[in-house]
Amino acid sequence: MPPTSGRAMSPSDRADEIAVMHLGLEGPLLPILHAVQAEFGHVPDEALPAIAQRLNISRAEVHGVVSFYHDFRTAPAGRHVVKLCRAEACQAMGADALVARAEERLGIAMHETTRDGAVTLEPVFCLGLCACGPAAMIDGRIVGRLDAARLDALLDEVAR
Amino acid sequence: MRIWVPRDAAARALGADEVAGALAAEAQRRGIDARIIRNGSRGMVWLEPLVEVEADGVRIAYGPVTAADVPALLDGTLPGHGPVEDIPFFARQTRLTFARVGLIDPLDLGDYEAHGGLAGLRRALGMTPEEIVDEVKASGLRGRGGAGFPTGIKWDTVRLAQADRKYIVCNADEGDSGTFADRMLMEGDPFTLIEGMIIAGLGTGAAKGFVYIRSEYPDAIEVMSEAVRSARTAGLLGPDVLGSGHGFDIEIRVGAGAYVCGEETSLLNSLEGKRGVVRAKPPLPALEGFMGRPTVVNNVLSLATVPVIFEKGAQAYADFGLGRSRGTIPVQIAGNVRHGGLFETAFGMTLGALVEEIGGGTASGRPVKAVQVGGPLGAYFPASKFDTPFGYEEFDGQGGLIGHAGVVVFDDTADMLRMARFAMEFCAIESCGKCTPCRIGAVRGVETIDRIGRGDAAAIPILTDLCETMREGSLCALGGFTPYPVMSALAQFPEDFARAKEAAE
Repeated sequence: MPPTSGRAMSPSDRADEIAVMHLGLEGPLLPILHAVQAEFGHVPDEALPAIAQRLNISRAEVHGVVSFYHDFRTAPAGRHVVKLCRAEACQAMGADALVARAEERLGIAMHETTRDGAVTLEPVFCLGLCACGPAAMIDGRIVGRLDAARLDALLDEVAR
Repeated sequence: MRIWVPRDAAARALGADEVAGALAAEAQRRGIDARIIRNGSRGMVWLEPLVEVEADGVRIAYGPVTAADVPALLDGTLPGHGPVEDIPFFARQTRLTFARVGLIDPLDLGDYEAHGGLAGLRRALGMTPEEIVDEVKASGLRGRGGAGFPTGIKWDTVRLAQADRKYIVCNADEGDSGTFADRMLMEGDPFTLIEGMIIAGLGTGAAKGFVYIRSEYPDAIEVMSEAVRSARTAGLLGPDVLGSGHGFDIEIRVGAGAYVCGEETSLLNSLEGKRGVVRAKPPLPALEGFMGRPTVVNNVLSLATVPVIFEKGAQAYADFGLGRSRGTIPVQIAGNVRHGGLFETAFGMTLGALVEEIGGGTASGRPVKAVQVGGPLGAYFPASKFDTPFGYEEFDGQGGLIGHAGVVVFDDTADMLRMARFAMEFCAIESCGKCTPCRIGAVRGVETIDRIGRGDAAAIPILTDLCETMREGSLCALGGFTPYPVMSALAQFPEDFARAKEAAE
């Protein structure tokens, strides 16, 4: 939910608001972090003290949870996120070659973002598309039966 | 005219949404009264998007269909596969857990009930908790997540535990490569899982359930969330389940990209809002689980099989199977395979029959080199072991495991040293860090395999020794089972571990 006031709310205030909304849950921290990331695109450092205080845990504990899970970002990603599956079933269908191709075309390695901020490239370990691999997820959209030509087309789309 | 276009993630990843959109537009243009139903997948993934068109009450299959095929499809000139249930891949199955997946509209509770849904729950509502647990025990159902622990015994432990609150936690953190049965079931027949969880609640005295779904499954999250909402509206979930006076509710929780959270104690920590670190057992989660309370942690397929057991009776389910593996197993045939998909069958079919007859061999047309069964922690099987029947004990006897019943096929271009290295690398990336054999062992494993790859044969005994330490000393299956793919690759394909040496010499 976007802030209602004309001026954007600070990450700290907004994180506190989100935390309050989730206080009725048993074990609310992951839902809170997901909601914060959905709003800011990452979990800003400034959000941690507010969440910690609201849940009556230490800031270190919140940091520990953020850093444990691959999904939570501490800095914004590129405008588009391309995740290529690197798990065994996709490897059996040539995923490694597609990873190398994507890295070369974008000029970045896995976990990096292109200099213009357009694309972040990340590995993912299984999208459950193991009978129609290689698979990818582009900004939340899933794609199966990827080959070099389809990968190139998708990369052209996001690199713009 | 009824037309079914799957909304399953695999179908959508292959263009089902575009097909459904084109169908709606073309039908409107022609003035045809077409009702497009977004069903689950029939599991024949190589035919996806598989569109079914009703003709004289029979559902005729077409696929893979593209948006460009739509005019021909509506003209009746597109070549099809005949009645969908007569396609050999489908006709040879015994569909119990997946009976409704692909058949019904996943979010239509009326459709669910019309196809046998809620019959099991209605029967369970007339039984005592002890009778419910005994029925599950009698069915022989074992944990479908991989460990194969008898579900009824786990439920009984929770039933007999004294506590102010108990929980049912559904493990939908299906992270194993080569597996997608949980995803297909949640997307194709979510009410079955809800019904199974309610019966688990009745049997154990739990009133609250969680479904912990991995974040890589956005479609499953969406369908399950919507199904839970409808179930509440219909009085299936809530303070008074179907007017029985029993309360049960379900909350959907989303993981955050940690493979280890598929391990039950790590999952519980994650649900509680902590790092997904493994807990030492004992205490068993059945006694001290979520928030320290008695908790049933069951896989999606275990819980989703409960309704059919209560609908048809424990004995009817137990009549299928082999040895101590009773009932059916939804095998997922994946990787480099011609006919990939979900094949539910009674335990006992051989691995070779699944790969060669059902799967049709490799997609590349090259010979099969290896088959990994049971996800990234499962052993690699060479073709010489294809006569192994699908069963918990049978696979264990061959130095493997069936795990979540994923079968990943590799052709003869696969480099098994590289696959062994990947297994260690994956373990290193995903280790929760709590125990040393896994945290440090996996890193040393990668280094040691690299030494072997450089031609250092003296590193082979070191790798063997390291694998033994990991197997014996790790707290959970991540570190404990990573030796399965590594050692099976080394034992079955020694030439891949020697080739580099020859090159170096």
